[in-house]
Parts: sequence; structure tokens; C-alpha cells
Amino acid sequence: MAEVLVVVESSGGTVKKVTLEMLTLARSLGEPAAVVLGAPGTAAPLVDKLGEYGAVKVYAAESTEIDEHLVAPKATALAQLVKAVSPAAVLIGSTQEGKEIAGRLAVKLDNGVLTDVVELAADGTATQVAFAGSTIVKSKVTKGLPLVTVRPNSLTPSPAAASPSMEPVEVALADTDKLAVVTKRVAEAKGARPELTEASIVVSGGRGVASAENFKIIEELADLLGAAVGASRAATDSGFYPHAFQVGQTGKTVSPQLYIAVGISGAIQHRAGMQTSKTIVAVNKDTEAPIFELADFGVVGDLNQVVPQASEEIRKRR
Amino acid sequence: MKIVVLVKQVPDSGAERNLRADDNTVDRASANNVINEMDEYAIEEALRLQEAHGGEVTVLTMGPERAAESIRKALSMGPDGAVHVIDDALAGTDALGTSKVLAAAISELAPDLVISGAESTDARGQVMPHMLAERLGFAALTGARKLTVEGSQLTVERQTEEGYEVVTAATPAIVSVWDTINEPRYPSFKGIMAAKKKPVATKSLADLGVAADQVGWAGAATTVLSHSKRPARSAGQKVADSGEGGVALVDYLSSEKFV
Ligand SMILES: Cc1cc2nc3c(=O)[nH]c(=O)nc-3n(C[C@H](O)[C@H](O)[C@H](O)COP(=O)(O)OP(=O)(O)OC[C@H]3O[C@@H](n4cnc5c(N)ncnc54)[C@H](O)[C@@H]3O)c2cc1C
Ligand SMILES: Cc1cc2nc3c(=O)[nH]c(=O)nc-3n(C[C@H](O)[C@H](O)[C@H](O)COP(=O)(O)OP(=O)(O)OC[C@H]3O[C@@H](n4cnc5c(N)ncnc54)[C@H](O)[C@@H]3O)c2cc1C
Repeated sequence: MAEVLVVVESSGGTVKKVTLEMLTLARSLGEPAAVVLGAPGTAAPLVDKLGEYGAVKVYAAESTEIDEHLVAPKATALAQLVKAVSPAAVLIGSTQEGKEIAGRLAVKLDNGVLTDVVELAADGTATQVAFAGSTIVKSKVTKGLPLVTVRPNSLTPSPAAASPSMEPVEVALADTDKLAVVTKRVAEAKGARPELTEASIVVSGGRGVASAENFKIIEELADLLGAAVGASRAATDSGFYPHAFQVGQTGKTVSPQLYIAVGISGAIQHRAGMQTSKTIVAVNKDTEAPIFELADFGVVGDLNQVVPQASEEIRKRR
Repeated sequence: MKIVVLVKQVPDSGAERNLRADDNTVDRASANNVINEMDEYAIEEALRLQEAHGGEVTVLTMGPERAAESIRKALSMGPDGAVHVIDDALAGTDALGTSKVLAAAISELAPDLVISGAESTDARGQVMPHMLAERLGFAALTGARKLTVEGSQLTVERQTEEGYEVVTAATPAIVSVWDTINEPRYPSFKGIMAAKKKPVATKSLADLGVAADQVGWAGAATTVLSHSKRPARSAGQKVADSGEGGVALVDYLSSEKFV
């Protein structure tokens, strides 16, 4: 069976959920082989988890140069690996860096690329979701191998134990791979909450929350549900919540089991980022708010009453 | 500094958008076609650099005839001129092909700096800047929320999942920007009048030395097999809060096993 390369995303020694989803998908296409691209020592702590989800091999392309330069070295390493192993497909997370790696790889290999893929069949037919979740597209790479970026939360990861061997990959970088130098990486505090794009529950606040201070009622409900906190653009533009948490067309795309929209009207650009959530709940004082058109359950009322009461009720039922 | 700004025309993201039934391409005829929203921030950033450091700003667009409207609109914000790549053979071009064409046009303009949006609002590929950097051998500083220029040295703050990264490179480079980077100006009346007289050079594939079979349907490396509308979500239950709305909400959440 041919290998299916899965580019690993990790943070602080932990494999990101999208990688486990891709390994699950890869098992239906061939033999999953995980590819770690990063500083020396990145791969070792990830191997067990990757094996748990079926990685048969873990390719480790590790060097300080990969870590210190933006994107280009990762694409070069991956291109060399693709040429060496001729995989059946290459799966990369549909994140900013994932798409960038995929774009470069497409040029290097003169290979088509499909982004924001939610399904990939064994014959290479991909399903993409376009136009704010309103349109479903079936597409295919016609030149080269299936090179796709997979949207986080498109499928449920399921374990299937394997015991992977770790295979170091030597990488020869070109000077043009080292033009953009990363001088600093800054993590902005998100506390103990799950990552927005990976969370199974998201509670988002909009302009209706009315102040940065008042976002504490959103955070309180989120914490009781083990949820991530999101925000509309009106809320981030008004400085109520940091931009990194914006959901929508120009923010994050989320697809959780449950999305709770509080004081959000439901503009098309906001819907673009949350429309494919399994269950949608809305709290809004305006019974005509468009968000109710897609909500499975809606409460028409003042969020300042409804949300704290809901938090209180959850506490009571514990 | 010589700056090229990439501007893509897209269907307005605030209205309903469709693909055509016949060839699966964007239905531009029924759409309100606008400058890709993120590209307005790219134009603004270029103009600010020009104001601070001098030089010249050129808009570059690949697109059909009606993209000319977006080019005039872009010019009304202040750039000096534009290049419009237009050719019937471009219909059906995918990202890989687009990058070939744009790279050829950029090579001809030989800029110090290319600024683009971080992504288009229609395809949302987020691939073009790195594809171009790969073809041109430029540095790519992408996803910027802040850009500073000192001589030929560029520094950006790149937005990431975790926070941000500081990334530096020398020109020639391509920088892509998010909407957090600035607040684009509105065209002034004077700007709109001036834009009518600004030079817009049209270029065909032959002018750029790109073979027609490398792009369009003929050269595409991807194909759309079919498309369909996702069934619209339907509204569910809606309750009015008369003092117990929060409790009703939790009742629902627990009936769905979330609590
Ligand atoms: C190119 C482009 C990209 C965009 N990208 C995004 C994006 O990524 N994400 C995004 O969110 N938006 C985006 N927008 C903006 C979008 O069009 C809307 O302006 C935005 O989503 C509105 O945010 P909101 O719903 O919080 O605010 P509003 O539309 O002002 O809605 C506030 C809602 O709160 C309700 N409310 C007020 N007070 C209370 C209360 N006490 N109790 C209960 N309800 C209350 C009101 O009834 C109202 O429905 C984009 C726009 C453009 C043009
Ligand atoms: C719904 C949909 C899905 C698509 N999916 C794919 C796909 O999976 N794979 C694929 O190969 N093609 C795809 N395409 C085709 C793709 O949109 C075009 O090839 C496009 O020109 C480049 O991709 P992008 O818009 O994703 O660019 P992005 O990388 O998102 O754009 C970034 C920036 O590049 C600049 N730019 C992009 N295009 C142009 C242009 N024509 N002229 C000037 N500047 C430009 C703009 O500044 C833009 O902000 C899709 C198109 C649509 C409408």
C-alpha cells in the first residue's frame, strides 16, 4: 500500500487535533506516514500520539534552519520527501501555514492543489465547501498527486494503534529558503481554554455584549461548558475581545458540535465562519435577528439576564 | 521604492454568491463584483509606504474585462497606474496557473516590494503570496498585521494561531496583509477624477511570454467536477425570555447532552 503523507501540526510538544483527523482520513487512502517539520527534538515527544492514530512511520525533518525561517524550508523538505517516497497523497492542515506550505509545494512539484477540503475519497475526489458554507464543490487534482489542505473539524478522529518507526530526513536547503527570518515568536495568552478552531463547543459574543468588561459573562459560560470563546468582528473591532478570537470570513472558521452566538446579529460574513457547526444556539434581544434563521434553538431576550442565568443553572445541576 | 499591489476582483462577500451551472466558475454576471476586501488594506499599506519613503505604486490585476472597474476603483485611492492582465485563454485558470501569470507580470515590473491581501474572499486559498515568492525567488512575509520598512529591510508582525511572529527580510519581497494592519482610506472626489486619467496597461499572455496552454482550462492542474448548494439550515425552536430564558437554554443543552 502506498504511503499517504500527513504533515504534522503541533504546539508545545502536543499534536494538534487536525493532525489526528488527517491520520484518520489517511487510513482510508493508504498507509499513513506522519511528517514532522521543525527544530531538532520536535518529533520525539509526538511519536506515541501519532502511532495511536495509525501513523506507520514518522518522518522527522528537523533542523534549526527549518525553525528559524518562514515556511519555505518546510516546503523544500516536504518536496524532497515526496520525490523520495512517491506517496499516494499529501494531506496538510488547512491553516495559514499549512496552506502556505501547500502553495509552495504545488509550485515546486508543478502539481495542482486543493484547499479547504472536508472529504477526500480513495479515487482522489475531494469535497470543498465554498462561499460561506453555502456551496459544496467536488473537485480533483488532475496534474500530479492529490495535494490537499484539510479543514480542521471536518471529521472525527478515531484511534487505531500502530507502532511507528522514526525516520530522520536529511534536508538540503537552498539560499532562497532562508530569506525570511523569524526573530521572535510571541504567544498571546489564551489561558486554559481549548483552541478556537479545535474546540467542540464555542461560545461567541458580539456587539450586544457591549464592553470588554462584560465579556466575562461569555467566558464564564464558556468555562462551564469547557468551550472556547469567540467573537464577532464588531466585538473585536470595538476592542471588546482580541482579534485572534474573531470568527468569520476574515477570522477563524470553526465547525464545533455546538456554537452559541450571544448578541450577534448573524451577518453573512460571520456565518461564513460558523455555519457548518453541528448545533447552533442563539441569544439575541431582537426576534428578527438573522442568526435565528440558522439556530436550532434560540432565546429572544437580554443576554445580560439570559447568559448569567444559564451559567447559574449549569452550576446548580452539577 | 517600487511597489506592486495585487488586486483581485471578487463577488461581494456580503451577498449571495454562486458558481455557474455550465462551467463551475464564479457567476460574475449576477454578482456585485468588488475589490477583494483584503486587497484594499494592501493598497492602503502601499500608499502609506509611498507617503513615507517615496517611489511608485502599481496595481496588478489578472481578470476578465469587468475587472477594469475594480482597477479604476483601486486607482481612485491613490496608486500611480495599473497593469491589467486580460486574455480569453485565462478562463478556468486555477491557483497554480494564476501564479505563473502574476509572476511573469511582476518580473516585468521588477518591483522592490509586492503587497497582496492575505487571502481572497471567494476562494480563500491563501496560497498566492508563497506561490509567487517560490517562482520569483522573493522573500515572503505573509499574514502581516504590521509592516515596518527601514531602507531595504522589512519587518512584519505575522498573525498566528498562538499570537504573532516577528519576521524580517530584505527586498525584493512579497508581503501579504490582514485587515488588522490599517484602515483603508475612502477615495476622494479628486482621487476618483484623477483615476480616470491614470495609465492602465493591458497585457495579453503573449505580451508576458506565457504559453496559452500553460493556463486556463488547457493548463489547469485541478478540475471542478460538480457543485451543489448546501441545504440551507432551517430555523429551530425559538423561545422568548420571560424570566426563565437561561433555564430554557440549559434545558435544551442538556436534552442535547451538552450539559
Ligand atoms: C469583508 C468583510 C469581512 C467581514 N468579516 C467578518 C468576520 O470575519 N466576522 C464577523 O463577525 N464579521 C465580519 N464582518 C462584519 C459583518 O458584516 C458584521 O458587521 C458583524 O458580524 C456584526 O457583528 P455583530 O453581530 O456582533 O454586531 P451587530 O450586527 O451590531 O449585532 C449585534 C446584535 O446584538 C443584539 N443585542 C444587542 N444588545 C443585546 C442584548 N443586551 N441582549 C441580547 N442581544 C443584544 C442585537 O439585537 C444585534 O442583533 C465582515 C464584513 C466585511 C465587509
Ligand atoms: C470557490 C472557489 C474555490 C477555489 N478553489 C481552488 C482550489 O482549491 N485550487 C485552485 O488551484 N484554485 C482554486 N480556485 C481558483 C482560484 O480562486 C484562482 O486561481 C485565484 O486567482 C487564486 O487563488 P486565491 O483566490 O485562492 O488566492 P489567495 O492566495 O487567497 O489570494 C491572496 C492574494 O493574492 C492576490 N491575488 C489572487 N488572485 C489574483 C488575481 N487574479 N489578480 C491579482 N491578484 C490576485 C490578491 O491580492 C489576494 O488577496 C477556486 C476558486 C473559487 C471561486
